[in-house]
Amino acid sequence: MTYGVKLHVTGDFACFTRPEMKVERVSYDVMTPSAARGILEAIHWKPAIRWIVTTINVLKPIRFQSIRRNEVGHKVPAVSIKRAMNSGSLADLALFVEEDRQQRAATVLVDVAYVIEARFEMTPKASAEDNEGKHLDTFKRRARKGQCFHQPCLGTREFPARFRLVEAGEAICAPIKETRSLGFMLYDIDHERDRASLFFRAKLQDGVLQVPSPDSAQIRR
Amino acid sequence: MTTVSHRFDFVLLFDVTNGNPNGDPDAGNLPRLDPETSHGLVTDVCIKRKIRNYAEIAKHGQPGYAIYVEEGAILNEKHREAYNAVRLDDRKVSKGDGKLNPRDTLELNKLRDFMCANFFDVRTFGAVMSTGVNCGQVRGPVQLSFAQSIEPVVPLELSITRMAATNEADKKQKEGTSDDRRTENRTMGRKHIVPYGLYRAHGFVSANLAERTGFSETDIAFLWEALRNMFEHDRSAARGEMATRKLVAFEHDNALGRAPAHDLFALVVVQRKNGIEAYDIDDHRLDNLPPARRFADYRVTIKRDSVPDGVIIHELL
Repeated sequence: MTYGVKLHVTGDFACFTRPEMKVERVSYDVMTPSAARGILEAIHWKPAIRWIVTTINVLKPIRFQSIRRNEVGHKVPAVSIKRAMNSGSLADLALFVEEDRQQRAATVLVDVAYVIEARFEMTPKASAEDNEGKHLDTFKRRARKGQCFHQPCLGTREFPARFRLVEAGEAICAPIKETRSLGFMLYDIDHERDRASLFFRAKLQDGVLQVPSPDSAQIRR
Repeated sequence: MTTVSHRFDFVLLFDVTNGNPNGDPDAGNLPRLDPETSHGLVTDVCIKRKIRNYAEIAKHGQPGYAIYVEEGAILNEKHREAYNAVRLDDRKVSKGDGKLNPRDTLELNKLRDFMCANFFDVRTFGAVMSTGVNCGQVRGPVQLSFAQSIEPVVPLELSITRMAATNEADKKQKEGTSDDRRTENRTMGRKHIVPYGLYRAHGFVSANLAERTGFSETDIAFLWEALRNMFEHDRSAARGEMATRKLVAFEHDNALGRAPAHDLFALVVVQRKNGIEAYDIDDHRLDNLPPARRFADYRVTIKRDSVPDGVIIHELL
């Protein structure tokens, strides 16, 4: 059992997209455990460890805003890359914005601040020189200095996250006074089993979202 | 070619004079506004489009600098001989549910490397490939945030007229309304402008992701060039006058970085000028000042003395 870490993250915008509203994106009211894990992994991660988010504290009122943007409707088809590789010509390997334009609105969160509480476990990939203390220290050292593998983001990459480590015993500002059910929320993506979505019943209790542990019966598979 | 091995965080300041920097499709193409603060917004994708367009102009036809997400048609589009030559292969792989997955990770990596090596925008911003293996995502090293105006902007709506009608019906409608032949066919239009706005965007370059996509030292030099010059080749009736005014990059001496990005961004301070004095943006004395109408109404300072160890400031413009 390792000691947990606390990370304070803030940003001007955030979009934790609901899986049922992906096209015209609508954000969840609160950061999902999966997004929180992504932020921690952007700072420090190795295959030897697995981050487990335990609590998400919401420090600012939940507010939304709508933004509509021109987006491209398609992804890159692998087969056309193969074709270009074989024929040695890039001529057919372009995506024309005008022919493939979609205007999509996104309902995003504005001015957010959270404190993520998390711990990590060792995975079967851990070797002899991997120990919990080492990874814990590495994470803390990086978070203190503002170091990261890549700049963490709040749901999508256009919304960068500012982060700082909350030291042991440091007082954080109180979470918002809000208690309500958030309904079913995405817990994480199960990368072991064909990337299935896992859900749990999220509840905000005085601005605090308690996240069940990965093996808990509360997680719907 | 060496990939970028240091982390960068950068601040981009650009301004618009009597133009619309980024229209909002939700609001009849009005300049984008944050409805709560009236600050102007320019989306990240808007800036990325301009970088891509600049790359297309500046590096036209150079190997390794093709643009995947293109605007408009290619003029020198090849005939589809090459396409037909591999059609047989195409039929073979298009069996199944129409979704195509590479056979294994090795092949997936080959596809990714090919895309990164040939396309500047894939190497820089990344791309999503619908390959079904781990989403086949290329995460690009360069990340851009929304640009926000330093102060609230008040967009103007201008009515404009045209001395011609679009079609016969338009003309018929107007017939007999005026005894002047010249104004009989006149139609009205609308234009939205921001009289003046100074916008600030933040960006990030991750050395760790640069290593994966092969984003090189040459590429980052070209990225700075594109950020400096992208508005020079983006003139149009809607844009008015736009210009990059300041580009400051913070280079850390390692891949992980030496300081939080937000601390570094705070070293670039924009203030409003009044004569020889400069006020902070939240200073109440600004309330009685006339609105800013040119870049000279602002003062940009870089607090060089409080830069953390291991961080170098590059004032690229």
